Amino acid sequence: MSQRYDYTLAEADRIGAAIGAVLLPGDVVLLSGDLGAGKTTLARAMLKARGLVGEAPSPTFAIVQPYAPPEVELPIAHVDLYRIEDEGELIELGLDEYLYDGALLIEWPERLGAQGWPGALSITISGSGDARVLTADVPTSWGSRWPLR
Amino acid sequence: MTLILGLESSCDETAAALVDSDRRILAHRVAGQEAEHGPFGGVVPEIAARAHVDRLAPIVAGVLGDAGVSLADVDAIAATAGPGLIGGVMVGLVTGKALAHAAGKPLIAVNHLEGHALSPRLADPDLKFPYLLLLVSGGHCQLLLVKGVGDYRRLATTIDDAAGEAFDKTAKLLGLGYPGGPAVERIAREGNPHAVPLPRPLVGSAEPHFSFAGLKSAVARAAASGAHSVADLAASFQQAVVDCLVDRSRIALTACPGATAFVVAGGVAANGAIRTALTDLAARFDRPFVAPPLWLCTDNGAMIAWAGAERFAAGLFDDLSVAARPRWPLDPAAETVRGAGVKA
Repeated sequence: MSQRYDYTLAEADRIGAAIGAVLLPGDVVLLSGDLGAGKTTLARAMLKARGLVGEAPSPTFAIVQPYAPPEVELPIAHVDLYRIEDEGELIELGLDEYLYDGALLIEWPERLGAQGWPGALSITISGSGDARVLTADVPTSWGSRWPLR
Repeated sequence: MTLILGLESSCDETAAALVDSDRRILAHRVAGQEAEHGPFGGVVPEIAARAHVDRLAPIVAGVLGDAGVSLADVDAIAATAGPGLIGGVMVGLVTGKALAHAAGKPLIAVNHLEGHALSPRLADPDLKFPYLLLLVSGGHCQLLLVKGVGDYRRLATTIDDAAGEAFDKTAKLLGLGYPGGPAVERIAREGNPHAVPLPRPLVGSAEPHFSFAGLKSAVARAAASGAHSVADLAASFQQAVVDCLVDRSRIALTACPGATAFVVAGGVAANGAIRTALTDLAARFDRPFVAPPLWLCTDNGAMIAWAGAERFAAGLFDDLSVAARPRWPLDPAAETVRGAGVKA
């Protein structure tokens, strides 16, 4: 099911929070879009919606920024594959392990190559200026959870 | 005199060094950098834990051989225990634990940021606590008051991207190579730093923090407009970063009248324009400006060994059960800052 949602940058926190609020353990959210599209802004809003009070630094350099209770009520790993060169490196990140009890937010998922998660919620952000268009491929496993209608 | 073996593998580099408490660097190696004439200029970033595993043992053997000492001569093993990518951190920390256990030596778990924070004291014996540190690298952008070993007050941090990340992403946007810092600096020399109007996020704000995500987006828009040369874009971007770093550091220097010096560390400190501007700023505040040699600014084993030596002197050791910490703030009491970028 493909969903389109238009918003402005000023609304990004609300959009991210709405998605973050319905995340369940095992969920994978893929965030695509050009540099500056607002992927990290959405991811931060999702973390905040699950209780994070502190800062959520960019994961670009660290690649994985894991968050765990008590700072969040749902374990969430915020991942950025921007610097990944080789699919082999991905296996070593052990990302699947986070899914036992938590969720994954993955920026630059294009780097996944053939190893993508088929059940992932795939979000693409486009637009310019303050206007953004969010396009989501909502997997059936999400059922009626998708909050932006 | 104590001799410390330091291990670093928390991100791209695998490194080891032997440093003693008299500030002598007996040996240091960073994986990949021996092949300086290789096709990639010798430095190939490698994030895979397996690569750290492959590289660390030969590097440890290498530094012991270079220094002509054995593990029995070492007084303690210091290993980075975070923050960083968990797989890499685990490799270094577990290696450190194994060596410590096998040789019957104490283990010292070092915060990678503490390695950067104390490394200026390895290079400069006259540097006294407390000093103001600007830590600027690919993963961090912080202002810290370094009050003593294990005693840090974070005055400011980035609320979104690190400064080095902004350089790398700008280089990508402009079609320059990786690593982005040197590439941007090189072409910026041919451009006009005032040609492209770019924002200085948070400059002038009473809030002491940094923000670079909006600047990156502004560079993307300016590049897409087609109105500017790459050299002008690079020069204007670099000038914007310089202005942000100087403005924020100025606030911190004003807030810390007791700081004995203004110190910069981290890979971004390699940028000549930034160094020059920070040198001028320190002079305006009548403080010595201290910048460790460039090799000590980027990730290396010597800064971990030196932090180990400082902790050894303070009697700070760790149990073999100490855990790796992918996120590990230097100042746990620091006030958290809002986690959203500044719109440019």
